[in-house]
Amino acid sequence: MPDTKQSQEPRVGVYVCHCGLNIAGVVDCAAVAEYAAGLEGVAHATHDGYCCSEPGQMRIKADIALHNLDRVVVASCSPRLHEPTFRQCVAEAGLNPYLMEMANLREQCSWVHGHDPASATAKAKDLVRAAVARAGGLAARQELEVPIERATLVIGGGVAGIQASLDLADAGYKVFLVEKEPSIGGLMARLDKTFPTMDCSI
Amino acid sequence: MADAGRHPNITLLTNSQVTAASGYVGNFNIKVLKKARMVVEGQCTACGDCVKVCPVVVPDEFNVGLSSRRAIYQPFPQAVPSAYIIDGQQCLGHEPIVCGKCMEACQKKCIDFNMSDEELELKVGTIVVATGVDVYDPTVLDEYGYTRHENVLTSLELERLISSGGPSQGQVIRLSDRAVPQSVAFIQCVGSRSLKRGNPYCSNICCMNTIKSTLMLKEHYPEMEVKVFYIDIRAFGKGFEDLFRRSKAAGVRYIRGIPGEIQEDPQTRGLVLTVDNTATNALETHRADMVVLAVGMHPPEQMKVIQEMLALQKSPDGFYLEAHPKLQPVDSATRGVFFAGCAEGPKDIKESVTQASAAAARAMRLMTPGKLRVEAITAEVDPETCTICGICGKVCPYQAIAVKAKGGKPAFVNAAACMGCGTCAAECPAHAITMHHFTDGQINAQIDATLEDDPQGRIPIFACNWCSYAGADFAGVARLPYPPNTRLIRTMCSGRVSEDFIWRAFSQGAPVVLLSGCHFGDCHYINANHWTDKRVKRIWRKMEKLGLRPERLQLEWISAAEGMRFAQVMQRMEELRAGVTPEEIAQTKVILAQAGLPGEKAPPAKQAAG
Repeated sequence: MPDTKQSQEPRVGVYVCHCGLNIAGVVDCAAVAEYAAGLEGVAHATHDGYCCSEPGQMRIKADIALHNLDRVVVASCSPRLHEPTFRQCVAEAGLNPYLMEMANLREQCSWVHGHDPASATAKAKDLVRAAVARAGGLAARQELEVPIERATLVIGGGVAGIQASLDLADAGYKVFLVEKEPSIGGLMARLDKTFPTMDCSI
Repeated sequence: MADAGRHPNITLLTNSQVTAASGYVGNFNIKVLKKARMVVEGQCTACGDCVKVCPVVVPDEFNVGLSSRRAIYQPFPQAVPSAYIIDGQQCLGHEPIVCGKCMEACQKKCIDFNMSDEELELKVGTIVVATGVDVYDPTVLDEYGYTRHENVLTSLELERLISSGGPSQGQVIRLSDRAVPQSVAFIQCVGSRSLKRGNPYCSNICCMNTIKSTLMLKEHYPEMEVKVFYIDIRAFGKGFEDLFRRSKAAGVRYIRGIPGEIQEDPQTRGLVLTVDNTATNALETHRADMVVLAVGMHPPEQMKVIQEMLALQKSPDGFYLEAHPKLQPVDSATRGVFFAGCAEGPKDIKESVTQASAAAARAMRLMTPGKLRVEAITAEVDPETCTICGICGKVCPYQAIAVKAKGGKPAFVNAAACMGCGTCAAECPAHAITMHHFTDGQINAQIDATLEDDPQGRIPIFACNWCSYAGADFAGVARLPYPPNTRLIRTMCSGRVSEDFIWRAFSQGAPVVLLSGCHFGDCHYINANHWTDKRVKRIWRKMEKLGLRPERLQLEWISAAEGMRFAQVMQRMEELRAGVTPEEIAQTKVILAQAGLPGEKAPPAKQAAG
């Protein structure tokens, strides 16, 4: 099935993050941004100390309006860490959050290729190029809202299971506490006194 | 404990096990097997009349076998629920001719031998996994003679002896002669911090537990000689160092060195410990009437059941793996499932309670709004292109696609049930399925861009979001270097990587390609990676037929915790890459073009981004 066709050429904004010296200590971020600026579909490319910081996000949001960006590529850390951050950021600027793409220049580049800055910079450019190419094909998506059951299953009735159950139950949630033994209490119930206060466990 | 038992919002299901879990965050369907207790919980007053008449005597698990209980019993006096229980394995039965004495003795008539196991179905929005730990069994460490010498105990056994509610009413006595020992020696790190036997990690609680025990011994028996043999004393928490000082001030001797051997004096049944004192560099011999092994913790054996049910991952130490070691320490990679206590790693009580409250807060954070947004990464079928072959319905791990092969209606994806693995899109022979946010076009564009410049020097790697991409991140966090010409392309699941993506990479000049995903049993999408496995085997066979070396396509299962393995695989991929000549690559392009690969329906290079 063909992807949704865009009516016009994409206008991608690229943000190369220094992450302090975490990325910039190895990768030449200015060179990567300069390279990105020359890529097809890129309307604006720059580099920044910390893209995830409040001022960093403000700059991205301002640029979306200023340069009329319809796609954003953040070349920083792993999307497993900050994808929600930047999705939220572009959404606040009126862009669909699924039009944001990340290139992983920290966990999968600067942190593992610290011994070879030239190759790391070359890799960073490749990763940005691939992210820009992917970004061009991204389509807006609407998230589905599903009702959530206001009940929790707690598996294990030791001290941790008991505490979690009580906190949830006190807050008004229904809790099912499942314990395989005939009594809750777990290992803790077997202890007479506990450190560091030397008081009773039960 | 008692609070949990009487809280109106808590349904306590003891003697019960979770047998099945399905659904997704916000809407999990759980099955629980509640085994018959044979005593009616609400009615039993725990008077104990039944116990007096029960003729069956068995070792008491709660007191680690140091005392006995009957077949009808209460695990311990403060048990919650307080109702008694019948041990079905040991009970003689209720036939009057055999026994049935407890039924006669019970005035409230709350013993019911006809009670049967119940299967309950629960609907919950979130899950807290607090499955705890097992205590290390020192039997294998033969040098300590735990099974041979009666006066060698584990720390948990001492704990029961010293407890006023324990088998000796708080009297610390030797098992050989029931005399109070004049001298007690503790050995630390039993089953912990060893790369050879037991576990490599620190069990976290044993140092402080020993310090606590020494203080209790000194309090009960001020004249007792107490020695502790250790590697390091790890007293890092609030108030810990203070307790350690108190122990030393109370006269407890701390000796740096772990005994290599314990021998028993056959006359006194006392113990002789030989130790290399690393502080004085002298080989010393110490005597003690009793030895306590400070045993560590390890993940429980049955952990695997819950792990597979909820698609959780384990770290190399065997405990559950958190979504992020620092920033999401109580979240699992499965949304809506959280960890509390030792399930995630050894912890003391304070840490367990802290983490439990954190897990509760994280669960509430999801549930409070009453509604939840799910990621819009779902599949969609084009009814025009669908040939109604039924393959998508077969490969979907969530039964989210309604399709009947032969003459039915075109396939239809239930977006709320679709988790977004993309296996259907990869397997659809008609290219009729769009995997939103990971479309053919988007991934093709990434492949092309990756191989645009000097493809012979590049290694494209398809990595699934949950395991292998996370494993690559972990290699980064651990700063494990690997060759810099590796280029990752992320998909949610390895099941998304279609045959055409592989052909496309080779036809663009890739010397080698790696496809990586979760280990079997770890797959975030139940078993979608089994389809990856089948598909890769199919591609290998085709490569062989076409005259391409199958080893140029590699398949590796790399977990989120295997950063080291990820780096090693990258190194191996580079070695493989170096062995591919420009001639071979040129020839591959010709062969694939002749074979019409990638498939006709795959969009050509430059328009792919559209």
